Amino acid sequence: MSGESTYDPGTGFTQWLDTRLPILRLAHDSFVDYPTPKNLNYWWTFGGILTFCLVTQIITGIILAMHYTPHVDFAFNSVEHIMRNVNYGWLIRYIHANGASMFFIAVYIHMFRGLYYGSYKAPREVLWILGVVIYLLMMAAAFMGYVLPWGQMSLWGATVITNLFGAIPLIGENIAIWLWGGYSVDNPTLNRFFSLHYLIPFLIFGVVILHIWALHVPGNNNPTGISVKSEQDTVPFHPYYTVKDGFALSLFLILFSYFIFFAPNVLGHADNYIQANPLVTPAHIVPEWYLLPFYAILRAVPDKLGGVALMFGAIFVLFLLPWLDTSKVRSARYRPLFRQFYVLFILDCLLLGYLGAQPAEGIYIVLARIGTIYYFAHFLVVLPVLGLVEKPKAIPESISEPVLAAKPAE
Amino acid sequence: MRKAIKTILGASVVAMSLIAPAQAAGDAKHPGVIDWSFNGPLGTYDRDALRRGYQVYKEVCASCHSMNQLSFRNLSQEGGPEFSEAEVKAIAKEYMVEDGPDDYGDMYEREALASDRFVAPYPNDNAARAANGGAYPPDLSLINKARSGGPDYIHALLTGYEEAPEGVEMRPGLYYNPYMAGGKIAMPSPLMEDLLEYGDGTAASVEQMSLDVTHFLNWAAEPELEARKRAGFMVLIYLAIFAGLMYASMRKIWADLH
Repeated sequence: MSGESTYDPGTGFTQWLDTRLPILRLAHDSFVDYPTPKNLNYWWTFGGILTFCLVTQIITGIILAMHYTPHVDFAFNSVEHIMRNVNYGWLIRYIHANGASMFFIAVYIHMFRGLYYGSYKAPREVLWILGVVIYLLMMAAAFMGYVLPWGQMSLWGATVITNLFGAIPLIGENIAIWLWGGYSVDNPTLNRFFSLHYLIPFLIFGVVILHIWALHVPGNNNPTGISVKSEQDTVPFHPYYTVKDGFALSLFLILFSYFIFFAPNVLGHADNYIQANPLVTPAHIVPEWYLLPFYAILRAVPDKLGGVALMFGAIFVLFLLPWLDTSKVRSARYRPLFRQFYVLFILDCLLLGYLGAQPAEGIYIVLARIGTIYYFAHFLVVLPVLGLVEKPKAIPESISEPVLAAKPAE
Repeated sequence: MRKAIKTILGASVVAMSLIAPAQAAGDAKHPGVIDWSFNGPLGTYDRDALRRGYQVYKEVCASCHSMNQLSFRNLSQEGGPEFSEAEVKAIAKEYMVEDGPDDYGDMYEREALASDRFVAPYPNDNAARAANGGAYPPDLSLINKARSGGPDYIHALLTGYEEAPEGVEMRPGLYYNPYMAGGKIAMPSPLMEDLLEYGDGTAASVEQMSLDVTHFLNWAAEPELEARKRAGFMVLIYLAIFAGLMYASMRKIWADLH
């Protein structure tokens, strides 16, 4: 954390505590007087929104676990019990189920903001890597959570994903059997997924603390990408950003509420209201929307092992991103060429997401292959080359300069 | 960034409009859209339709289809058909359920109570299959949520039976219905004119019975719908005011900067 601590333990008790466990000083320095660039826009509010999402998922999840039964014979009915007999059970469950989608909407905005403004570049590589770790854990938690209601998509989604491990040469089959606790997705699988689904959010919470720690050492990036030069460039986190984050969060909650109360099932799949049946395979097995781009990459490759490798590679490449981007300029504001490729990359991700929901045949397969190649090319070719050939625009001296320049003369 | 977003949105719209027609060429016929009273942000169920729908379920569907998630007491709950408790007791009494073991260790039959679940027509799945030529009549508790298209699809299916077109081979025990994926369904057309006599005197046309039973099935799948939409309306009003206050606070706090 930059600068001296300004914490002033007012009362006798807080003085006493401060010399024994300076936890209030830590909180003050991290969330009250933490110097924050004064030019952060609304794209920066999603960190706070994500923290809210995590806490919401944990609280609603703990309540759901009080009423849920992780057994193949009872799981589906216990979810209906929550919906019908538990007081406000429908509300808790719909918050939790839609909360997962909202969590991913927020995390994708958060990540694409980082990509646009170069928030992964030195000195924030560790911050970015911790973020990718959180993203991976989120996907694991969401996948296992989707299995718990034990509907048709739960069972068959779990079957498709766990079968992927069977593609690993030699030991793959044994790994799959070990994961299942049997010879297919069955009761032991459901039971352990419940256990892990309860564990992972707390792991995420731990990594979030590291993520915030790694943020507070170099401090926030900002839309100009220019490092903070003087105190003039910053404002204390509270009240400036607590109120801005609070406003953004309340808008986010309006969207969240729309889904909970008026369209609670549009983001899910109808088949998951049919109890899991190992004898009936659904016509189209599709994962939740937030995993669709990776599903498209998986199916784009004719070879099973190759598909699995590329799917995991699509996430792994994010770990290397800070070193693949050779440009020293952080913000896309001053990188005219990068900006165009950034738009192309988002379109590519949307295309892959769309294709992940389509049957793997004909034109869809061809498009998925093109999309997959472009996805990797963006990281492995475009970003390294752009840094060498692009001529960035003139960069202001400090954060305050463009802020002041943007204001009309008084 | 604003410019980037505009480009992305524009390109997505164009891309979707190019790809969308390919998707429309699906297998089953698309159900027509019906203006249900429970649609929309302040939608509610029509009590009379729910009661008539329950009658259709009880007298027609229930001979093959279970509704295991529902209890008789649900019929008197707020937001549902809202039968009186006495009426529900009388409905339950028409059914016999197995209970026990008693003090001697024997199972016994008794009249159903309001707290009992709906009584299923078959003792188990195998019996249901055996009685229906190998096809399992699905439980209807969640059917409106478990089919894409929801109530529109259910109504279209119930009223959409047709003669099989030329060239479509129908095995005995299968019936042609264009709304069913694949066009073949094991359930014969369940409704015909004046199949039953409504207690409230409504004419029992096929259309009417189908609308009513679909209405009832929607309540069975989403008994919380009225409470949910009401709560949602209040929550949105609250959040709109809250967001306004946050915005005003933000303007005030940031105003003294620069």
